[in-house]
Amino acid sequence: MVAILDYKSGNIRSVKNALDRLGYDSIITNCESDIERATHIILPGVGDAYNVMNYLIKSNLYSVIKSISSPVLGICIGMQILCASSQEGNVQCLNLFDIPVKKLESSQKLPHMGWNRVYDLRSPLFNGVNEGEWFYFVHSYAPILSQNSIATTNYGVEFSAALNKQNFYGTQFHPEKSGDVGLKVLSNFLIM
Amino acid sequence: MVAKRIIPCLDVNCGRTVKGVNFDNMIDIGSPIDMARAYSQQGADELLFLDINATKDNSNIFYKIIEEIACNINIPFTVGGGVRSVDDVARLLDSGADKVAINSAAIYNPNLVNKVSSRFGNQILVIAIDAKKLDDRQVVFSAGASKACEKELLEWSVEVQDRGAGEILYTSIDCDGMVNGYDLENLKILNDRLRIPLIASGGAGSMDHFLELFRLDCSSAALAASVFHKEVIKIKELKSYLFKNSIDIRLC
Repeated sequence: MVAILDYKSGNIRSVKNALDRLGYDSIITNCESDIERATHIILPGVGDAYNVMNYLIKSNLYSVIKSISSPVLGICIGMQILCASSQEGNVQCLNLFDIPVKKLESSQKLPHMGWNRVYDLRSPLFNGVNEGEWFYFVHSYAPILSQNSIATTNYGVEFSAALNKQNFYGTQFHPEKSGDVGLKVLSNFLIM
Repeated sequence: MVAKRIIPCLDVNCGRTVKGVNFDNMIDIGSPIDMARAYSQQGADELLFLDINATKDNSNIFYKIIEEIACNINIPFTVGGGVRSVDDVARLLDSGADKVAINSAAIYNPNLVNKVSSRFGNQILVIAIDAKKLDDRQVVFSAGASKACEKELLEWSVEVQDRGAGEILYTSIDCDGMVNGYDLENLKILNDRLRIPLIASGGAGSMDHFLELFRLDCSSAALAASVFHKEVIKIKELKSYLFKNSIDIRLC
């Protein structure tokens, strides 16, 4: 059973739909025992860092997430809250990745919205995915490059398109919205 | 760099995709779910669904359709048509929409833009603007392009951007249906001025219309309906044509 964390953020259903398509049972939950029992945990995307962190602190999910030992995948905002801090609302985050999330300092339009290429793939998360493959992004903030980066994307500036440290993974793009190649990334995560 | 997006638009009425500009003369052209799946396979980057019957009392059918679409495709899609309140937006997002497009309701109640944006983030909010040239001004129209209002295109676009829109969808009423190309002049002015992405709509008739739109950097994305539905232009061919002409395009 895969647990999709419900922190009252948008579009959780699309992650569940993607897991359905891949044939995985999943539950949308904010209940500690569901999370402890789950084989994999997904922190879905969309929302803003300040509101999500407030919810996590109020609901005690903050410490629950920090102590998870199963594979965790944060998507978009779900990855950003695993970082040390976010410039969005100037909020301290979970610090599982010891890097800040910053506003994209780019002369390009924001939000960075649409399909962009992902490079420097260096993780089993990207098994079977080609260098330069297209993924769907929609965001204005992103984690900077670091030793935890397992993929990068360029939008006027380079940023971490994906992160990994121990059992924690994150993608700035939305695999659940990135067509078949996105499903490949999700299925790679689910066999970890 | 982020790819230019190709977005087919599907008008939905009582659970079916329809074609035709007026309500008396609508032709059923298929199931929105089947069409969504087909467009997604052909390489569409996003989809837009408009509930053209939104003023009538059967919107539950529409929410059901949105749920089914979300189960069946794995590319992003925007939903619009008769969206009036924060609750309408919440319900569409809960049904599985990635973004919501608002048009008339934002004109009547500009504060709705601020409210939706602060609740859900600007990335889910597309403000659709229909405008037409009247006495050398691009005048904004509401209520399905039928009613002129006091606003001017550029001024209104900047206002909704400042209020929290994440994207603007501009349809030129003059170009729409004419298949003579997009309104490049106004799109260029808007795109240079706006800090948020712009979607061009109205007038696509050939692959060259898309090429000139992107070559002149008049928008981030191009929307079209009839040329795709009638297969005058096939998305796969369009994308490879644009790619060959050095436009940043996602081939798949």
